[in-house]
Amino acid sequence: MATIVASVPAPKLRGSGDWRNALFVAPYLFVFLVMLVIPLAMGMWLSTTKSDLFGTERWVGLANFVRLFGDAIFLQTVANTFIFVLLTVPFLTLAGLGLALVLNRQERWAAVLRTIFFASTVLSVTVVTLVWRLVFLPDGGLLGVTAEALGKTPIAFLNDEKLAMPAIAVTTIWWCIGLPMVLFLAALQQVPRGLYEAAALDNASRWTTLTRITLPAIRRTFFLVIIIEVILQFQLFGQAQLMTLGGPNNATRPIVLFIYETGWRQWELGYAAAAAQVLFAMILIAAMIQYRISSRREVA
Amino acid sequence: MRRSRLAVALVALAAVLMLVPLLWVFALSLKANSELMADTASVFNGRYTLDNYRNLFGNGAVFRWILNSLIVSLGMTAGVLVLASLAGYGFARLEFRGRDVLFVVVLLGLAVPEQAVIIARHQMFSWLSMHNSYPALILPGLSAPFGVFLMTQYFRAIPKDIDEAALLDGASRFTIFWRLLLPLTIPAQATLGIFTFLHAWNDYWWPLISATNKDMFTLTVGVASTQMNFAQTEGLGFLMAQAVFAGAPMLIVYLFFQKYIVQAVAGAAGR
Repeated sequence: MATIVASVPAPKLRGSGDWRNALFVAPYLFVFLVMLVIPLAMGMWLSTTKSDLFGTERWVGLANFVRLFGDAIFLQTVANTFIFVLLTVPFLTLAGLGLALVLNRQERWAAVLRTIFFASTVLSVTVVTLVWRLVFLPDGGLLGVTAEALGKTPIAFLNDEKLAMPAIAVTTIWWCIGLPMVLFLAALQQVPRGLYEAAALDNASRWTTLTRITLPAIRRTFFLVIIIEVILQFQLFGQAQLMTLGGPNNATRPIVLFIYETGWRQWELGYAAAAAQVLFAMILIAAMIQYRISSRREVA
Repeated sequence: MRRSRLAVALVALAAVLMLVPLLWVFALSLKANSELMADTASVFNGRYTLDNYRNLFGNGAVFRWILNSLIVSLGMTAGVLVLASLAGYGFARLEFRGRDVLFVVVLLGLAVPEQAVIIARHQMFSWLSMHNSYPALILPGLSAPFGVFLMTQYFRAIPKDIDEAALLDGASRFTIFWRLLLPLTIPAQATLGIFTFLHAWNDYWWPLISATNKDMFTLTVGVASTQMNFAQTEGLGFLMAQAVFAGAPMLIVYLFFQKYIVQAVAGAAGR
């Protein structure tokens, strides 16, 4: 996904500027137009309208956006989303890198551990949250039982304003850690062996080898992982909806849950569409900033 | 060397911690509800039972949801493979007016999150009265640009002289695509297929919004619907049996194919 910019089409085949050639791309382009381009344009239009339960729409310009920025609950969902990204993305990136560095070996035990760390990734969010609610449940949950066994009072993590979001972050890390690990493993295998042999000849320490050879060689993947994870975690929804319903006291309500409830519980489609455009803009800006940083480093 | 052994020990410990929640849920699913109501710690002793699973099989809805998930996931996978292969071939190896601009537009589509389009999509399907149908669950997934991007990259990497030689022999573009090039892209098809299937099987947002009729729930949404009334459930053990039942097929498939799945995920991002 990070190679997007490097992929402007290759040199042309000679003498084949035939319109029939476009028939190969036509089926996809049709679906792309109907399912993505038109809904995107409609969504932008909707965000400037006010629609009611009966589906009548009225153009209101930027009123929805003005209202959003004065809406304390929306602003809190924005803050919550940022907090969640900060709780998960740095950890996912660094822990993913650490796991990859330790597990990048041929031995069988390393393969077994890799399998374990990636396994949770194939589960759906509903199964993951079902499992983790049973971990956090104070009365009979895994942590509760453990606390009691140790003679402590169980904590109701998901009902605690301060602890609910960290609990969702832990759940998310458990669910998502496999992807960064695998991406880093793939990158590590592409570092030329010769570099390590040269470092060994120079008697370079493990630390020097890591910081001078390994990390510079996988820099692109490092930024790729951050971009992918920021985009993914900005879209937090299922975990919050299924574990806390955004509570307690909106402490875990993310932007996407706000969009969902505004759109499909209150049927304020215009207002929900406006919130969706704000999220879209935030994701774009975050991706662009990261892309800028990563390409600047590349030049240096 | 000692430091490296410490790192390995820490990673092994983390792996055990990764497994504990799954083992806990599995153990709970084998306990009678009455026992769990009294004391969840009874997991460690006492009687185990398969009653929760029996109750699950008595509930026909789960099978309907699995069938729905299979139809949707297989349909989306087939659709994505066909559309993305055709488009990838077209963008990578053929020339036509506007090709480069169209390709850049498709790539820009990669940056659009589902939230930005989902409200309008929902309205479109409402106007067409198509909600609670398989096409409604499958079609939006076919528009994702990722497959086209992947296949274009892959087709581009195949040497050009193959098509030129075949063209001189009088083969049509479609014959070249179908007979010569498509067989060469099987690794990429497998990657894209695994990706699409996993994504479709685990998707939650769109099926939650589009399928409101219980019979059209996918497994993910079905499990969520019973999870909602966690407090007044038929019992923890039953819910846990459901978690095991919904999660186990993916885990088993993963254990069998993990080498390919991991390679696919790594390879797709590395391109």
